[in-house]
Parts: sequence; C-alpha cells; structure tokens
Amino acid sequence: MTHPRKRHVRLVVSLTLAVLLASGLIYTSFAASDPALTPSQVLARGGDGGNVQLTGTVVTRTITNHADGVVDFRLADRAGNGVSVPVIYSGSVPSAFAPGRELIVSGRLHDGAFDAQPGSMITKCPSKYAAAPA
Amino acid sequence: MAFAGHLVMVVALAVCLYGIGAALYGARRGRRDWVDSGRRSVYCLAVVLTLAMVILEVAFVRNDFSYTAVAMTSSTTTPLLYRVAAMWSSQEGSLLLWVWLLSIWSSAAIFLTRNRLRDVVPYATSVLLGFGAFFTTLLVFLDSPFGQLSQVPAEGAGLDPLLRNPSMLIHPPMLYSGYTFFSIPFAFAVGALIVRRIDADWIRVTRRFALASWLFLGIGILLGARWSYYELGWGGYWGWDPVENAALMPWLISTAFLHSVMIQEKRGMLKIWNASLVLGASTLAIVGTFLVRSGVLDSIHAFTGGGLGGPFVGLIAVMVAGSVYLVVTRRDVLRSEHSLDSLVSREAVFLLNNIVLVGLCFVIFWGTFFPLISQAVTGTTAHVGPPWFDRYTVPLALVLVLLSGIGPIIAWRRATLANARRNLALPLVAAGAMAVAAYTVVPIGSSVPTVILFCCAMFVLASIGQEFWRGTRARRAISSEAPPLALFSMVRRNRRRYGGYIVHTGIAILFIGVAASSTFQHEKELSLQVGQSARVGAYTMRYVKPTARVVDDPSHTGATLSLGAVLRVTRGGHYVATLRPAADYYPTQPIFGGQVVADLISGDAVQQVALKSSLRRDLWAAIKPLGTTLPATGVAVPEEALVARADASILTSTPQLKQLQYAYEELAAIADAYRRNPPPAGFTLISSPLVMWIWLGGLIVLLGGLIAIWPPPAALRGRIRARYFARVAQELGRA
Amino acid sequence: MTAALAALLVVALVIFVGWALSGPFRARTRERPQQSDERRALESAKEAKYSEIRDNETDYRTGKLSDADFRALDRQLRAEAVEILRAIDELEALSEAAPR
Repeated sequence: MTHPRKRHVRLVVSLTLAVLLASGLIYTSFAASDPALTPSQVLARGGDGGNVQLTGTVVTRTITNHADGVVDFRLADRAGNGVSVPVIYSGSVPSAFAPGRELIVSGRLHDGAFDAQPGSMITKCPSKYAAAPA
Repeated sequence: MAFAGHLVMVVALAVCLYGIGAALYGARRGRRDWVDSGRRSVYCLAVVLTLAMVILEVAFVRNDFSYTAVAMTSSTTTPLLYRVAAMWSSQEGSLLLWVWLLSIWSSAAIFLTRNRLRDVVPYATSVLLGFGAFFTTLLVFLDSPFGQLSQVPAEGAGLDPLLRNPSMLIHPPMLYSGYTFFSIPFAFAVGALIVRRIDADWIRVTRRFALASWLFLGIGILLGARWSYYELGWGGYWGWDPVENAALMPWLISTAFLHSVMIQEKRGMLKIWNASLVLGASTLAIVGTFLVRSGVLDSIHAFTGGGLGGPFVGLIAVMVAGSVYLVVTRRDVLRSEHSLDSLVSREAVFLLNNIVLVGLCFVIFWGTFFPLISQAVTGTTAHVGPPWFDRYTVPLALVLVLLSGIGPIIAWRRATLANARRNLALPLVAAGAMAVAAYTVVPIGSSVPTVILFCCAMFVLASIGQEFWRGTRARRAISSEAPPLALFSMVRRNRRRYGGYIVHTGIAILFIGVAASSTFQHEKELSLQVGQSARVGAYTMRYVKPTARVVDDPSHTGATLSLGAVLRVTRGGHYVATLRPAADYYPTQPIFGGQVVADLISGDAVQQVALKSSLRRDLWAAIKPLGTTLPATGVAVPEEALVARADASILTSTPQLKQLQYAYEELAAIADAYRRNPPPAGFTLISSPLVMWIWLGGLIVLLGGLIAIWPPPAALRGRIRARYFARVAQELGRA
Repeated sequence: MTAALAALLVVALVIFVGWALSGPFRARTRERPQQSDERRALESAKEAKYSEIRDNETDYRTGKLSDADFRALDRQLRAEAVEILRAIDELEALSEAAPR
C-alpha cells in the first residue's frame, strides 16, 4: 500500500503536468487559428493579407467555369442581407457545389476579390435537415 | 392518417411520463408492481414508436406528398430503397429514428436486466424514459414528422443525388444506434450512483452495454470515413470536421472506460474515473447529436437547422450538472479500495491509457469548439484547421499505439524486470527491425513520425502475436489439441482478453494505413485532352477516350446523363488498371420550364469516383467535364451550344410526353457528339498507399469487439465454474 | 377509408397501452424476487474473482509472472474467492432462517 503522501504527490505532479500541457495547447490554438468571417465582415476588414475562412451562400447566376479549371462566383452572407464578395477558386470543386449552396472556403482578400486556396472548399451536405420551405 | 401519427406521438409522450412516475414511485415505496409497470412502459414505448415509424414510412413509400417531410426529401423518381431512407434525411424524421432506436435498445436493456440490479433498474428506467420524453416532446411540440402541407405538390423535391448510395442508407442508422446506445450505460450509471451501489454486478452489466455502444459507434465512424473517401470527391477520409469529431470523442472516452473498468473489477480502484468516464461518454454522445443538427458550428453537416439548439443545450446542461452532482455526493462509495502497487504494472499502463485518451479527447474537443470559444474570449470567431489537430493528435496517437502493445505483455499488480526483459525482447526486436527496414528497404524514411508509427505498430503486432503464440502453447500443454483447435478454444474460453488483443491488432494495422496514406499520397489536379497523360507518383494515367451515357445510369440513382472518361494507368510501362470516373447529371425539379433538354441535365452534377484498391495502394480518379456554365443553375455543361440548339428545336407547343421523348433523343445525340469530339476535362487523380489497410484494420477492430462481447456458451461457463469451485472448495475444507 | 383505419389504429393503441401499463391498478399479488441484489452482487463478484484466478494463471503460463510471484498472487486470489464464497453461504443461511 503506497503512502497517502506519495499518492498526493503523484496527483499534484500529474495535475500540474496536465495544466501545463493544456495551457500550451490553448495558447497555440489562438496563435494558429484563422478568423471565420462572413462576406460582409471580410469586405469590411479589407485586404490586410491574413488568411481567413469565409462562409456564405453561393449566389445564383454568378458561377462561371473557365477553361483552365478556375471557377469564379459570388458568395453572399448567409443572413441574406444582399452583401456578396467575388471568389476566385481554382481546382476541382466538391460535388455539392451549386447555386444556393452553403460553403466554407479559405483564402485571402486581394484587390476586392477573394483568392481562395485550392482544395479548401467544403460544401455543406445538401438539403439535410433543411428548414421548412418559406 | 397524419393526424393519427401525431396522436401516436402524443401517446408516446404520455407513456414516457407515466413510466417515469411509475418507476420512481415504485422505487420510493418499494412497490414491485409499480416498478414493473415502469419497465413495461419502456416496452410500450417501443411498440408505440414503431407504429409511428411505420405510419411515416408508409407515407414515404406511397409518395404521399401531403407530408412536409415526404415532399421535402423524396420524389416519385427516387428509387424505393432510398425513399425509405429519405425518412431520416429530414430533421423530424431523424429525430423520430433516434428516439425509436432509443426505445428499442432500452427495451433490450430492460429485458436483459429483468432479474438483476433491482434497486438500480427503476432509476435507470426513469432516465431512459426521460430521454424518451425529451425527444418525444420535441417531436410533438416543435418539429413534428407528421406535419402537413396546405398545398399538396404533385412532385417532391427528391432525395439529393449525393445521398443516394448504400453508405447513406446505413450511415445514419448506424451512428444513431451508437449515439442512442450510450444512454443505456448512462442510465445505469446514474441509477447506480443514486442508490449507491457500484458493485460487481453493475460493472458486469454496464460494461456489456458500453461495449455495444462502442461497437456501434465504431462502425458508424468507419462507415462515415469510407463514405467520405468514396463519395464526396475530395479523396480524403478524415477532415477533422466537427461531425466527425463529434462521433470520435465519445468513442475515445468509452474506450478508456472499457479498459479502466477492468481495474475497478480486479482491484476496486479508479471508481471515480470510471463513473466520470461513462457519464462523460454518454454526455458527449448527446453533444454529438446536438452538433450534427444545430448549425452552431460550420461544418459539412451542420445547418441552419431551426430552433432545436436551445433544448439540446438544456439537456446537456442537465446531464453535466447531474453527473457532477452525483459523483461529488457519492464519492464515499467511489473511494478506491487499493492504490497503485507499482508504476510498472498493467494497472499503471491502463491509468496512463486513460490519461492519454482523455487528453486526446480534450484536444479534439478544444479544436472542434474553438470557433465558439474564440468568439466568447476574443469576440472574433476563429477556426483551427487540420494541421493544428494533426500536430497534437499524432503524438498522442503514437503513445496510444505503443501502450496497446505494452499492456498485453505486462503483468497485473507488479511486473519484475526479469519478466519485462523476457516479454519485451521480441517486440523490441521487431520494432528495431522495422526501423532498420524504414531506412533501407521500405521507402518511408523521409517522414520521422511515420517511421515511429510503423515501429510502434510492429511492436504491437509482435507483442500480440507473442501472446497468441504463448497462449496457444500453454493450452496445448493442457489439452494436447492441434494448434488451430487450441487457438480457437483458447479464444473461446477467454473472449474478452483475446477479443481485446484482436482489437489492438486492428488498431495497429489501421494506423499503419493512416500514416502511409496521409504522408505518401500523390495528388494531381489538372485538365487533360484525350490522349494526354499525367504523372501521379509512380503511376502514369492516360486519358484514353471519353464515355457518355444517357439514362442507362450504372448506379441506378436516377441520373439522366453520365459523362466520363476511360483512364489507363501504367507503372513503368506496365499496365496496372483502367479507371472509369464519371460525372452524373441529374434533372432539375420541375422539368418542364421550356428548356427540356437543359432541365434534364442541369440539376446536381454528382461525381462517380473511380477507385482501384489493392493492399499496396489505391488509385483514385474523379472527373469534371469542363464546359460552359448554364447561367440559371451554374452547372458546367459540356456542349452547351448543342443543348441550347436542341432545346430550340423542341416546340413548347408539343405535348409534354412527346417533348420528353424528343429531349431524350436530343440528349443521345449530344452524348454522341461528346464522344466524337470531347472538350478537355478536369481531373483529380490520386495515388495513395495502404489505404485498404485502414478499412481492414477497422474490420479487425470490429471483429475483435464482437468476439469480446459475445457471451460464452452457458455450458462452458458452468464447466469453468465447477472446476474452480472444486478447487476453491478444497481450500474451504482445509481452512 | 384511411380515416377509419387511422382512428381504429389509435384506439387500438390506446387500449393496448392502457392494458399493458395498468398492472398496479388491478389487484395483483406481488411476486417474490428470486434472488436478492446482494446475492447477485456476490455471484458477480465470485465470477469476477474466478476470472481473475484464470487470468493470473494465463499470465503465468505466457511468461509474464515468475513462479514465486504467481504462487503468491494465486494464493491471495483464492483466499479472496473463499471470502466471497463464505459471504454467499452466510447470506443463504440468513435467508433460510428468515421467516417466510
């Protein structure tokens, strides 16, 4: 049977270690994170060069597929306030990419247009759990 | 009939409320008949909810579009099997599925414990019915699956083509089975803590249920990864997406529980750990359910899913508060009977295992909820990506794999150095051999984490192999059976231990696959003309010729037009495989908008990924035929000019059925044109080693779990019991 | 037609549920439990202890324990098993002595 004191010491040591590791984790998460913004927020921010995660809805009738595989389209606020930003995306898009779909894409704002990182687009699973039609 | 369905849900709610009252009253007053009535309420709930499910499914099968759920997710063009599955692709339908599964598992649990844990069962019943009441309240008052549309449409929206594949049939029910099953160990833990009875019987019962939850959830996670890899068109199987993490977290915590409960059973230690782990796993399962449907985090799954976030947060808060309260006020019952004898023992390894798994879960939790945390702390919503997750989970996973190799070969209570040397020799040699091979024969030396993982995995495989070998040899010493028979009967007599060893083997193999495929993957995205080739790793892929098919869709999911390519894959000049990726074009709803041909193909364009798997590597290809964008729908349709001309040639004055016939003829001509004169197409080409090891490893894990959970035949139990009883009785005689 | 069927279903369901759950309201004799919880707990503890003895033996045969360690642990575990068997015996004696 180990001394209660030894057990106490072990507990304190392991808790301290845990707290230290957790603090390290927490600190780096803030350092390594990208802000998640809507189109209106990213436009308001301006092109300060930082990498950003953009979430919005694809505006209908704005998708243009170019011959070299680049797609450009406009992404609007999910809140439906009409604000949208042009997005330039190269690379293959996920199957669910279509007008009216919500998606997430990473990149940076450059000259008023959003330069998206290839492969960073995530589309949301279509029509699952959608709210009742208006 | 829909109103009847609604009434049935009200009856379900009433049954839940009655059952809670009856069970608690019976427990308080010591009245068995009231407790039994409470138990019977669980069975009744299953019956009532089955009826509700049947009513709803019948509506789906019969294409009754007066139901909102049917109109929103199904259509006459959806094949029967997917119509049945469409029921749970809607929010309300999925909630009904959830609570129905809950009632079925609860009935099984209540039935299996009908003769035991008599003071715990009434409270467990109340907790389970409490969950039932929560969900049925949501279904009755907030989001009824039997809602009706005032204007019945002639055709429904149809199940999205992306969801029309076999994995989607199984994925939600399997995951839900996992999530709902967790409420059973939760209920029994709460009940046991309330009556202050955490004994061997409770351990036995709870462990079985926890193992079943673990198994179901594991299948769900594996299926999700497989679906992501095969269907979603990005060529990956894990993206640290919130919904993936939501299922992984309870799975990790229940893994910890399954290990550490062994220590409680043997030494009466870690009781607080175990109570917290089982309560935590179940709470995380509810959190996972909440995440998937609440829209609170941006992910591939989450939606603007109206209004259910609030009640779920309330439920989670109650579960957390209740759990903390119970553990704190019952800590006298949860006091350890012994303490750790030595830091070099199986107990110590299990304790470390607990810590690593909880740590892993914490990292994933933090990363998943980071947007909300950063919003609360700094005011901006920030997001951490896969690189951050990888940075912290990879080292922890390495430690975990290593522990899974050490655990089986170290003794309980106290391991001596001599024994350690004897048992660690072979595994260490194997790991060392792997390290040498990594820098000479096997080409993985460029990535140090991968080398470390491969060495750890070899360590595990060697140590488990050693265990099986020695165990078989020991058995043969007693029974002189032939080796295969000895192995079989050895496993049969000790399913938990050897089932567990098989799980560890599966995990090692799975991680080998993960490490190799994530580090050494080659991916190319480019557009190719017919005849052009691309170099992907060691393979050359050549675009041989285009394919085009009308209506005759190979995946039988209602696509109108399928455009694809034939790719010939060679390696060093030798033929390896032929890949046939395709893009399926679906019709829009409704069709007759004056542009019949365009409408027939400008719904969703879904990728049919071409996959050639082998043990050595996967070859993965997806195609996106480039073309002009149709302005209305944004879909890139090749031969747009031909489509427009075809549409112009069909007069709107023609009767609709004839229009459709002409449209199909035009489409056939367009397909022909595509075949004869194809434009360049965009390709995503991937060559990824050892991906199949992931699925194989996963299957082995599940096999091990099944072996562990399978109860030994009664006769066998009796024999073992009799033998030991006789031996122990000798002691009694002597004493 | 469907309305009649629907009504019939709901009524049948309510009757079924009512019948199934009305046990306590009807005069029924209370059944005597076959085995008390304490007895069950002891049985489970006994099974668990037998498992432990067996595991210990397997550990020894597969080379994780030295002879001395094995014998010491085996003796200890068997003694613990004997304790449990004694407790079960006491419980049985008590329940037999209890008035019926």
